[in-house]
Amino acid sequence: MATPPVAVSGLRKSFANQTVLNGIDFQLEAGKVTCVLGRSGTGKSVLLRLLIGLETPDVGTVCLEGQDMSTASPRQLNEARKKVGFLFQQSALYDSMTIGENVAFPLRRHTKLSRADRLDRVHQLLASVGMDRDLGKMPSEISGGMQKRIGLARALALEPTMVMFDEPTAGLDPITAAEIAKLIVELRDQRQITSIVVTHDLHTARTIADRLIVLDQGNILFDGTFEDFNRSDIPFVAQIVKDAA
Amino acid sequence: MPDTAIPHPFMEDLRACGKPVLTILEWVGDLGLFCWRAAKALVSPPFEGAEFLRQLDAVGAKSLPLACLAGAATGVVLSLQTRDSLTRFGARSLLPAVIVYSLLKETGPIIASLIVCGRVGAGIGAELGSMRVTEQIDAMEVSAVDPYKYLVATRILACIVAMPLLTVATDFVGVLMGWVATTLMEPIPLTLFLSTGFKGATFGDILPPTLKTAIFGLIIGSVACFQGMRTRGGTEGVGRSATSSVVLASLFIVLADVVLVRLIIEVF
Repeated sequence: MATPPVAVSGLRKSFANQTVLNGIDFQLEAGKVTCVLGRSGTGKSVLLRLLIGLETPDVGTVCLEGQDMSTASPRQLNEARKKVGFLFQQSALYDSMTIGENVAFPLRRHTKLSRADRLDRVHQLLASVGMDRDLGKMPSEISGGMQKRIGLARALALEPTMVMFDEPTAGLDPITAAEIAKLIVELRDQRQITSIVVTHDLHTARTIADRLIVLDQGNILFDGTFEDFNRSDIPFVAQIVKDAA
Repeated sequence: MPDTAIPHPFMEDLRACGKPVLTILEWVGDLGLFCWRAAKALVSPPFEGAEFLRQLDAVGAKSLPLACLAGAATGVVLSLQTRDSLTRFGARSLLPAVIVYSLLKETGPIIASLIVCGRVGAGIGAELGSMRVTEQIDAMEVSAVDPYKYLVATRILACIVAMPLLTVATDFVGVLMGWVATTLMEPIPLTLFLSTGFKGATFGDILPPTLKTAIFGLIIGSVACFQGMRTRGGTEGVGRSATSSVVLASLFIVLADVVLVRLIIEVF
């Protein structure tokens, strides 16, 4: 049996006296888009940070591409991270670097590409997100939607097999949000990239998700397809469906 | 049976007193761990040569005008202030030596360090703090780049290397402006001023006080990076990190100076 891209088992995480995740288990399927929904403060972003090893679990394990993140050495952790792209909620572009330098950063660090080849690759990546004209601009000179696109181009620089999205459409207008959603679907359809998307936006989730996970009070309340989600009689899920209608 | 015992007032006081002590101990522990990680990043390959040079420019070259200005002001003030006092004791001929020795042995190094601490310490604290709260440091980690190697080690090393060089510049401009101020009151050739000022001076008088500023550079870089990397709480936290970087680094420089001066006197 193939190793799942992400396997989470008995995951618990608390901050001070507040339990954020209360022993959750799930596995991601390769080449599929999984959306994680839930109220603010239910630990959706913390879950992503645990998956990529930015936080350590109190109890439980996270296996990324078969690598247990809690027992990995720094070198193993970095090798696992190279296979994963991460799009932050606020894009997290390096504000002392130009757009081109931001996208080139992982290439400069982890590949032996010549300067010319690197520049070609940066152009390709920026073109794939529709942003190949503003190479020399600083992140502060472009809009939030553009920053998200650049963040995505940077996340794709090392040709990851999986991408994690933290609220990719938050704060964007509906048109830009739809464009970002389209890019996520293209990653799945054209490159077979596995995605996990944390979002509040049910409309985006409906467009992109092969599978939905709903978190509530640190537990998985629902795990299934959008059709199952629409038919669910779990009160919280039914309420979300009703509010979105 | 439920526990209804009322806590003893002494225990309450003890807890209240204990909290700041625990906070300080936690800070010291975190600083120790930070220094260990930074030291490991500093000595293990690959080395971040390009980023180090960029930081050397930011810390050294860009602080040079400020350090020179501070040195110039110090040289002039020393000349004006000591002239009167030495005249009163009939020792005006010692003026060049007083200016040169006080600048080279103590005033130059400490003035340069405190000036650089204000400029660079606040800059590093705010820059790393801002990177922390906007998740740029997290972004670096998920890109499989060690921020201790790329951000911290390069900045600390740049401070260590730049500080003695800036001190030499401060000393040079200080002595020169000390001569200018002196010669405006009572003309004296530069060669005579220097030969009188440096009469009997040895490398032991000049090198250790200059090189001790490498330790001050280590303090500035380490404290500012540490405060920046542990920033919490948005823009307010960034402001706090910038302020605490300068305050703590200045304090540690002054305290370290006491120890180093004693050590230099003992050894040289």
